[in-house]
Amino acid sequence: MNTIAVIDYGMGNLHSAAKALEHVAPNARVVVTNDPQVIADSDRVVLPGVGAIRDCIAEMKACGVDNIVADTLGQKPMMGICVGMQALMEFSTENGGADCLGHLPGKVTFFADEEPVQAQHLKVPHMGWNQVAQLDHPMWAGIENHSRFYFVHSYFVRTPQRELVVGTCNYGVEFDVALSQENLFAVQFHPEKSHTAGLQLLKNFVEWDGKL
Amino acid sequence: MGLAKRIIPCLDVENGRVVKGVQFVDIRDAGDPVEVAIRYNEQGADEITFLDITASHEGRDTTVHTVERMASEVFIPLTVGGGIRTCEDIRRMLNAGADKVSINSAAVYHPEFVAEAAGRFGSQCIVVAIDAKSVSQPGAAPRWEIFTHGGRKPTGIDAVEWAVKMTELGAGEILLTSMDQDGVKNGYDLGVTRAISDAVNVPVIASGGVGNLDHLVDGVIKGGADAVLAASIFHFNEYSVPEAKQYMAERGIEMRL
Repeated sequence: MNTIAVIDYGMGNLHSAAKALEHVAPNARVVVTNDPQVIADSDRVVLPGVGAIRDCIAEMKACGVDNIVADTLGQKPMMGICVGMQALMEFSTENGGADCLGHLPGKVTFFADEEPVQAQHLKVPHMGWNQVAQLDHPMWAGIENHSRFYFVHSYFVRTPQRELVVGTCNYGVEFDVALSQENLFAVQFHPEKSHTAGLQLLKNFVEWDGKL
Repeated sequence: MGLAKRIIPCLDVENGRVVKGVQFVDIRDAGDPVEVAIRYNEQGADEITFLDITASHEGRDTTVHTVERMASEVFIPLTVGGGIRTCEDIRRMLNAGADKVSINSAAVYHPEFVAEAAGRFGSQCIVVAIDAKSVSQPGAAPRWEIFTHGGRKPTGIDAVEWAVKMTELGAGEILLTSMDQDGVKNGYDLGVTRAISDAVNVPVIASGGVGNLDHLVDGVIKGGADAVLAASIFHFNEYSVPEAKQYMAERGIEMRL
């Protein structure tokens, strides 16, 4: 049986992600857990996250999720969502500056610090449905390019290693909303809240062999 | 191209049923909340707002179960409001599957609760609901005040200053309901919508008074709202969500079609 572990580190709403996975994969077993053994035995792993980055990283370290993530990367398909994506980067300017897990190069910065965002009086958080420009990747199968996904975040990711980028978005500034490295696929938006396009992405993840 | 404006059908729920009153009285039954939410989800609504107007504690448990059922079937953002007074209330709703909670009276009586909630759960899930009523004197500059208890109780608080204060405390979004307009179908109060939308740097949802699709357009273009909320025009099938989106898009508003 296909077992999907949704990593629980005590932050935010993991139920949305779990419920959406159950919806697209009725024959899979979806477990919300931070048990290293359960995660090690699972076929694929989702790293969700909402809230402030410093608290997220602190909670991850407190329950050993940082080590679990390090052990999982490269071993099996893994999907990071929202703060779960940001946590994989090197550094965030949130909370006066916070070190992240450092698995992907690049940092996380505040929309409101960007000159074009200020000049256009854009509201922060970036909240709602925005278009994602896709770059070739099997996870986008069956999803039209420039489909809209639901975002809610005040900080955004940018990586200098452009070959990792598989999706971008524009909100005053252009930023990276989907990154892929080996069998990792990480997104800034919430596929579990993005209706048809989001559910298709989760379905693709459930079926993804982790290869390009 | 960029961020789309949102259409948010609102479900006023009492004891497990969708109801809709005119200025908070004269309630008509509009169905099972989960069925109604599924219908809006299928129609392409951008979010759902669920306002629990149940008074009793037993009714509150019904609400949690309704939110749980809804969150298993509806994969768009879900905001739950009504009677949110403590961090424990918020945790219950988020665990039941809500993405955001809307805080109304508790913010008025204990503004520090907004800061506590935003600090604990993140601003992205804290919506502050403001019920505003015009108190303008003839000949003077327009002014709006906050009212509580379904528009019956004045507080003397200036609505625009209040909205700014709420965002400073950590509100991630403002749900602005005009009490003069609610349920009477003459359109949003565009004056207060514009004043608050210009004053704060977080998204503003316009609410109260939608009777036709031009009102939705005006809420965005004249009121400066980031999202428009409506109840009865959708519940009683006067207009569908796709019809409303198409109409707004034809008038140059960026929508998710």
